[in-house]
Amino acid sequence: MTNLKIGYFPGCSLQGSSRDFAESLLAVAKALSIELCEVPEWNCCGASSGHMIEPLVSVALPINVLLKAQKAGLDQVMAPCASCYNRLATASYEIAHSPTTKAQVEKVLQTSIGKLPRVLNVVELLAQVADQISAKVSKKFEQTVACYYGCLLVRPAKITGFDCTEDPVEMDKLVAAVGGKSIDWNFKTECCGASFSVSKTSVVGRLGAKIMNDAVVRKAEAIVVACPMCHSNLDLRRGEINQRLDAKTNIPVLFITQVIGLALGLSEKELGLRRHFVPVKFPAKPAAVAAVP
Amino acid sequence: MSSHHESSLACHSLAARLEKEGDVSVADCYQCGKCTAGCPAAEDMDVAPSQVLRLLQTEAPKHEERALKSMAIWMCIGCETCVTRCPQEVDLPRTMDFLRQEALARNVANQSADDVVAFHKAFLNSVEKAGRLFEFGMVGDYKLRTGHFFKDLGIAPTMFFKGKLGLLPHGGANKREVAEIFARARAVKKESQQ
Repeated sequence: MTNLKIGYFPGCSLQGSSRDFAESLLAVAKALSIELCEVPEWNCCGASSGHMIEPLVSVALPINVLLKAQKAGLDQVMAPCASCYNRLATASYEIAHSPTTKAQVEKVLQTSIGKLPRVLNVVELLAQVADQISAKVSKKFEQTVACYYGCLLVRPAKITGFDCTEDPVEMDKLVAAVGGKSIDWNFKTECCGASFSVSKTSVVGRLGAKIMNDAVVRKAEAIVVACPMCHSNLDLRRGEINQRLDAKTNIPVLFITQVIGLALGLSEKELGLRRHFVPVKFPAKPAAVAAVP
Repeated sequence: MSSHHESSLACHSLAARLEKEGDVSVADCYQCGKCTAGCPAAEDMDVAPSQVLRLLQTEAPKHEERALKSMAIWMCIGCETCVTRCPQEVDLPRTMDFLRQEALARNVANQSADDVVAFHKAFLNSVEKAGRLFEFGMVGDYKLRTGHFFKDLGIAPTMFFKGKLGLLPHGGANKREVAEIFARARAVKKESQQ
């Protein structure tokens, strides 16, 4: 197995409310000998608020990050947060397709923009090493889960060029690679309400309730995500969701890196599992029944 | 395209400016309604997403004003479902971005959107100051802007004990550089609209 060296853009959430995503990612990367080189002096990508009210800032900030990565000799940058990933990819797309925007951003950043590093998401990176992951499984992840992709990992196709926009499967394949099962369900790519978590919590409750309901009805034992916002809206906002469903749903929400980490035999602490609001516990499996002769 | 109104920003219709500044042609929309059908926020909107496009298509000032003053533009989450499914690939999320900016520039944003606007401003303000988002500080700023002092106090202690709530901003970014990016981006934007 060759060592993989790749640029790493953690993004702000992974330093705060989604520290568990960062912890599990770093632990899994270490176990798989993937060298993640953090982009030096990285800045925030501007996230949703940037493009919603200050579009030029929302292109300039991500390009500034990519230029720093390029300067550090990185030709690929992986952004684990789906929103950061989407902003970095969108900004690259705009620079490549709009000469006007490119000229404006060059003015803002006071430099000329050449070839930028390729941007990829965490599922894309893990899919590249799926065979190594399978080979290193020490404790099969024997759960049935709902893989939840949300919005920004897959949409829009012209920006992400990743998986299928309506029925993505890459996370499902990773779950299978570590011994798990994933369900067919209707909310794989429905929105969780994203940044409305603070300003329109009721919307997050309503959308999260629909997602949670379908996963639970179809007997998923956990929801697997690759986005800090999807995670916090389904985990930290479970109170609102349960209130709306008038039920006590208690299935945990795991980052894909935590699922893989568990299968690789990493500890709860290394994977940040104790930071979740909804405890990461799975129903005991019934003992295998001997076949009747 | 015709130019009906003469507002502060030249005598071009919003549709014409959107085409020039954002490369989005609202004329391509034939009102099939697929965007509205798949929009997760449509039920919270006063004007449906497809209707926002229709309002811009007429280029009539009163229709444009209705779009700018709508709550719909602030309820759009930016999930990209509409543009992904649009048979004409009309970039509705970008249209919404454009309308939000314009509503703020003309100071006509819907008052029910105050919380949403406050959140975006608090978010960007935090990034402009520290180079990276400081979540705790941002939420404090949001509370000051909105007066929602008691909201989410219930989850804050758990977040703190789970190590999800940092009380100090993160270092690491080049603060001055980021502040300059914000300042220059605003200047360049202004220049391009003159």
